[in-house]
Amino acid sequence: MSVSAVKQPNWFSRLAHPGQFLSWSRYFIWPLAILTVISFAAGLYFSFFASPEDYQMGDMVRVMYIHVPNAWLSMLVYGVMTSAALGSLVWRHPLADVTNKAAAPLGAVFTAITLFTGSLWGRPTWGTFWEWDGRMTSELVLLFIYLGIIALWRAFDDQSKAGRIVAIVTLVGAINIPIIHFSVEWWNTLHQGATVFTSSGPRMPGSMLVALFTMLFAFTFLYALLQIVRMRTEILRRRAETMRRQAALKGVSA
Amino acid sequence: MNAFLALIARELKLAFRAGGEAMVLVLFFVMVGVIVPFAIGPDRPMLTKLSPGIVWIAAFLSTLLGLDRLFRADDEDGSLTLLRFSVLPLEAIVFGKLVAHWLVTAVPLLLATPILALLLSMSFEQWGRTALALLIGTPALTAFGAIGAAVTVGLRRGGLVAPVLILPLAIPVMIFGVGMMDPMTGGGATLFLLALSLVVTAFSPFAAALALRTAGE
Repeated sequence: MSVSAVKQPNWFSRLAHPGQFLSWSRYFIWPLAILTVISFAAGLYFSFFASPEDYQMGDMVRVMYIHVPNAWLSMLVYGVMTSAALGSLVWRHPLADVTNKAAAPLGAVFTAITLFTGSLWGRPTWGTFWEWDGRMTSELVLLFIYLGIIALWRAFDDQSKAGRIVAIVTLVGAINIPIIHFSVEWWNTLHQGATVFTSSGPRMPGSMLVALFTMLFAFTFLYALLQIVRMRTEILRRRAETMRRQAALKGVSA
Repeated sequence: MNAFLALIARELKLAFRAGGEAMVLVLFFVMVGVIVPFAIGPDRPMLTKLSPGIVWIAAFLSTLLGLDRLFRADDEDGSLTLLRFSVLPLEAIVFGKLVAHWLVTAVPLLLATPILALLLSMSFEQWGRTALALLIGTPALTAFGAIGAAVTVGLRRGGLVAPVLILPLAIPVMIFGVGMMDPMTGGGATLFLLALSLVVTAFSPFAAALALRTAGE
């Protein structure tokens, strides 16, 4: 009985090979782009025309259709980055590094949009752009964590080493985010009794839910699309970098 | 254990015989506390009210400032490579360096708190609580700092990245540390801060050692 010395790669590692990724992910870009456009068109129609005004907030309630999907993505992206970080550390997979690097700025932007729309929403409804509310504060801290990770990526010359180092920071952040959230909530109740969110027990009409979920899907599709495009760009950029180095090496030896 | 103690002794000797950075950090700590009255005015009741927060901010900043000396010098002169191949696992070495770093940077801050207490017109009870909070909380700050220092050890540029990475993560330390001032919730905050300090101190040598190994490859 002969034992093959080379372990056959399973389907996942075949798919996750950067070259393979480049070839199969190509077929996802256009379908995802079309899906994104359609769901945004539907979502915007639902949220502007086919959903009622809130009896208290009026038209301002429509901010929700942007705000909530971005808040959801701000957390989803960190989840993606955390699983990618596990991939970087356990399997030292280059595609996992690329996933993390591609996701970090997207997560930062989604978090920033969440904060921005939240403060636009807060001004007319609560009368202030910013409140040191538990959830808002943890979202702000999340933004700082994203920005720190981006800064760390940019500080490294050697991107393959950067991948594993950033993965460690991402995991430390993932463990810490629940602690930060808990401590901020604890701190907030310490300083002011009632938070703004507990007073509203939102019972939404169905048309609002439809609009919200359509926008949720639209933004998630947009994220998936941008993630794939950014990953492809990053892989190609690394290849170009390698080619440039090889060319420079040849120039020296010639 | 002998090797562990020898490592701590080495770190302490290095800190006390060369550079005098512990003194500089204390100076910085006191100076941050001193500039605050210039910024907000010398109103004594207001200073009394704000003083625990001011002391915590000063401690935060000086801990972050002292971060860089944790691994960098050892990385540059090659002793970190030697330490990696010593009898101790790298995690234990990081823990030893952490303990030494805490003794060199945090204990002098604690000893300097009475000066700030006088200058910021703290009451005796306030000072006691703040010093206790710092005693419990600074190990967590140092431990978070160790992760930041280990992650950025190989970087030629980007000495500013470590504080920016660590600051958001260390927010709970600040929250519970200042929370200990409140007589109502102080007990809970003390327990949370103790728990946080223990968890982070136990956890960070592993994360920092992993980062140092990766950086050394």
